[in-house]
Amino acid sequence: MDSLLSPLWISLSTVFTATVITFFAGIAVARWMARYEGRLRNFIDGILILPLVLPPTVVGLGLLMLFGKNGPMGQLLLLFGTTVVFSWPATVITATVVSFPLMYMNARGAFEQVDISIENAARTLGASEWRTFWSVTLPLAWPGVAAGAVMAFARAIGEFGATLMLAGYIPGKTATLPVAIYFAVQDGDMHQALVLVVIVLIIVFISLSALAYFKGKTYKAITI
Amino acid sequence: MQSKFTSYMSIVLLLVVLLCIGCSAPAATVNVSAAASLTDVIGEVNALYQKEHSNVTITSNFAASGVLQQQIENGAPVDVFISASPKQIDALQSKGLIVEGTQKDLLCNKVVLIVPGDSTLDIKSFNDLTGDAVKKVSIGDPDSVPAGQYARDILNQFDIMETLKPKLVLAGNVRQVLQYVESSNVDAGIVFLTDARISKSVKVVADAPYEINKKVVYPVALIKTGKDMASASAYEAFLFSEEAGAIFDKYGFTVIK
Repeated sequence: MDSLLSPLWISLSTVFTATVITFFAGIAVARWMARYEGRLRNFIDGILILPLVLPPTVVGLGLLMLFGKNGPMGQLLLLFGTTVVFSWPATVITATVVSFPLMYMNARGAFEQVDISIENAARTLGASEWRTFWSVTLPLAWPGVAAGAVMAFARAIGEFGATLMLAGYIPGKTATLPVAIYFAVQDGDMHQALVLVVIVLIIVFISLSALAYFKGKTYKAITI
Repeated sequence: MQSKFTSYMSIVLLLVVLLCIGCSAPAATVNVSAAASLTDVIGEVNALYQKEHSNVTITSNFAASGVLQQQIENGAPVDVFISASPKQIDALQSKGLIVEGTQKDLLCNKVVLIVPGDSTLDIKSFNDLTGDAVKKVSIGDPDSVPAGQYARDILNQFDIMETLKPKLVLAGNVRQVLQYVESSNVDAGIVFLTDARISKSVKVVADAPYEINKKVVYPVALIKTGKDMASASAYEAFLFSEEAGAIFDKYGFTVIK
């Protein structure tokens, strides 16, 4: 039983943490990019979406080179006496990196859909940028933003290649559901593998249902 | 109508030519599945074999012995299987997948404890792994990697398996353990002596106890799912020859006489 609950618990805690980080980071960056008119727009956009199109092993290798003993982030962390490679935080890092593009793209699309004249109306009425964002922009963009969060969650649950490279296979610490399934198959323990697969399917099914729910709701302009 | 006929005929002609090219080589093929620790040595043995038997093509497949065992159980067309432990071949034997009389013990190897070349932690024995300075140790996944099996036996013999469990980073094959130690992402690892010799950036600090090392045997056998029994037998015989023996010796394996 322990070997069933352990990957589930690790996956849920990893993905929950990663989704929270991606949620706020994605909204912040998407809000900025939605109104950014600079010349580097497409270039920055490309970099932000990169983890989505790159093979997960390439993302994993990049993160390993960044956080490894000889990498810039790795060296910085060593100054504080910690390493991230082969530890639970590594699972959060990889889950965040691969799910970020999905949150970003959905949130940005949602913000771009918001009619700027409504935002401007709020501004003319004296609302600060912060208030405009919280009371006007975000509620109008909410279905798209929520859909982005659900997609980020689903992607994070399924993350395997980069996680295995950066966090390794440490049963009880970094063995997420996909990693546990992979090694259960390698060990010939098909029963274990199938049970874990069913657990993943249940989680994904729930998140896709949530996604369908949010996609069904779109707020049009506020009529005065 | 004329041009339609010619284009159909050219397609047919093209297919016939392609078919002929595919069939023209009457060469024999031997599919060899070998343990990950044999990657370099069997690569060289195969190159020598192909040089002396130019009509035979050897395709080699290297992975953890447990993975190879599973592939064979699921019907992979393997002719020859060299495992890093008798466990996998015995499992195939009990499933009736080994050709009778072809299982022979080929090599012996030694299990060792290695650390990164620039390690400053004073690790001199397996017991030192329990020290606070040692944060992470890598071994192969004991359920599918022979080097991991032997590592678990060693840790159990020293009675430190439970203490070390939180520090263990399990790898999918022994070469991955080697790579983890080389990159200094773990503080120590348990691999075969022959793997340690391949690398320039690790150092051997301890040998496994004698009782464990004497159990390390690499058997070879012919598999029933194989396609070409004659070529496979010839290849297996070659593995026991003087020339192959010299290559195994060079890499640090002990050939069983």
